[in-house]
Amino acid sequence: MSGRVFAAATVATAGAAVAFLALPVVALLTHSSPARLVDALGDPAAREALWLSAATAGIAVVIVVLVGTPAAWVLATRRFRGRALVVTLVELPLVLPPAVAGLALLVAFGPHGLVGGALGDAGVVLPLHTSAVVVALVFVAAPFHIRQAQAAFAALDPALMEASRTLGASPARTFARVAVPAAAGGLTTGAALAAARALGEFGATLMFAGSLPGVTRTASLAIYDQFGNDLDAALALSAVLVGSAAALLVTVRLLGERRAAG
Amino acid sequence: MRRGGLLLACLLAGCGGGGSGAAPTVRVGAAASLTGALTACGPGVPGAHVQTEFAGSDAIAAQIRQGVGFDVFAAADMALPRRLAAEHRAGAPVPFATNELVLAIPADGAIRSIGRLAATHPVRIAVGAPSVPVGAYTRQVLARLPAAQAHAILRDVRTQEPDVKGIVGKLVAGAVDAGFVYRTDVLATDGRLRAIALPPALRPTVVYGVATVHQGAGARAFVADLRHGSCARALRRAGFGAPPP
Repeated sequence: MSGRVFAAATVATAGAAVAFLALPVVALLTHSSPARLVDALGDPAAREALWLSAATAGIAVVIVVLVGTPAAWVLATRRFRGRALVVTLVELPLVLPPAVAGLALLVAFGPHGLVGGALGDAGVVLPLHTSAVVVALVFVAAPFHIRQAQAAFAALDPALMEASRTLGASPARTFARVAVPAAAGGLTTGAALAAARALGEFGATLMFAGSLPGVTRTASLAIYDQFGNDLDAALALSAVLVGSAAALLVTVRLLGERRAAG
Repeated sequence: MRRGGLLLACLLAGCGGGGSGAAPTVRVGAAASLTGALTACGPGVPGAHVQTEFAGSDAIAAQIRQGVGFDVFAAADMALPRRLAAEHRAGAPVPFATNELVLAIPADGAIRSIGRLAATHPVRIAVGAPSVPVGAYTRQVLARLPAAQAHAILRDVRTQEPDVKGIVGKLVAGAVDAGFVYRTDVLATDGRLRAIALPPALRPTVVYGVATVHQGAGARAFVADLRHGSCARALRRAGFGAPPP
């Protein structure tokens, strides 16, 4: 195959791939008139769902960053027996079908669950509460941050850490003042990817947290609820989620470029 | 165009056989509450190769509106297929079964009546979303209750599920103490749930309707079987009632 034919074939394939991936999003945004979409967003139920999505995803990302960053530090800097197993377990939710994640959470934290009974005795009943949404989001989104943070920490120059310790900084101070700032780009990317995953969560939330307006019905669940009911409302919510997902992706891209630029 | 679509559907869904003598494939979009019965009888329908998909009837109707290629719509009410017929997206629906809305509780649950449910607080209740038939029937029941009782029950609703399977799942998992589902759903749990009949004055009329979306010999064969053949028998075995004459 000559170089020209190959170039033409790959460009055509790329064009087809881009068209295929972009078409549904374009359709989503053009199926209804912008005026009707804006109108649908005026509905209090839609705003309630969007607000709930933003709040639960926000809380989930804070938890993921606070807990996931030190965890990623350990995984990146320590070599211990069973590390491969731990890494696999941490990354598993990344590839679990959401329905499986929801079922797993239910049989773990539900009233008949592995630890749910003990939690219930302690007065903590998760399923069908807003807190269950946060738990589901943390479960599915945490691996996105941990993976990214682990890679960012692993890529740090060991000499940097060495210098910090030689200068007398404690390990905690080295982590907080040297490693975290140096890996900030990767950490932010991880947080943004976790936020995107959390905003899009559907299956695990429905199975574990249920669907009640204002309590557990996030934007994704409201889209499914409105699908059988009011397509414009479903499209309007979808457009907002497309917009926020795109914004998060652009953030990730800009951070990546800034890091590449030095 | 139509043939191309079918071919694509076959590619995606994986059609078996496909020889010229094989029975025509019939894609059935069916109410979630029909899952057990139609899964059992589908393969035995004469003159049609039946492929069934189950979801909330309102979600199936929305898919049909978007042109999803179902040939037949089997809904848990008459209203949704009637609306599709009025929009010229389906033929006139005919009733093929009845069901009974009940209050379902876990087998070891303590609530014995809808009155007790209203008087108990806090209690966790699951209902269907208003747009899905089981949710609409439930709201009919609540509308017939004294306002204070209806209010007490609504206050304790903890989830509005997209279909009846979601309610059953939450009940079986112990996430809720009570839910409004069909009697057939309780029967299908093999004793894990208990059905509490609603007083006759509260009971909504639950009639399942079937409508043809795409005419054809296969669709006709399936609808006939659903009304009078092996699927009709499977429905009776599962606890569905005969359709009103």
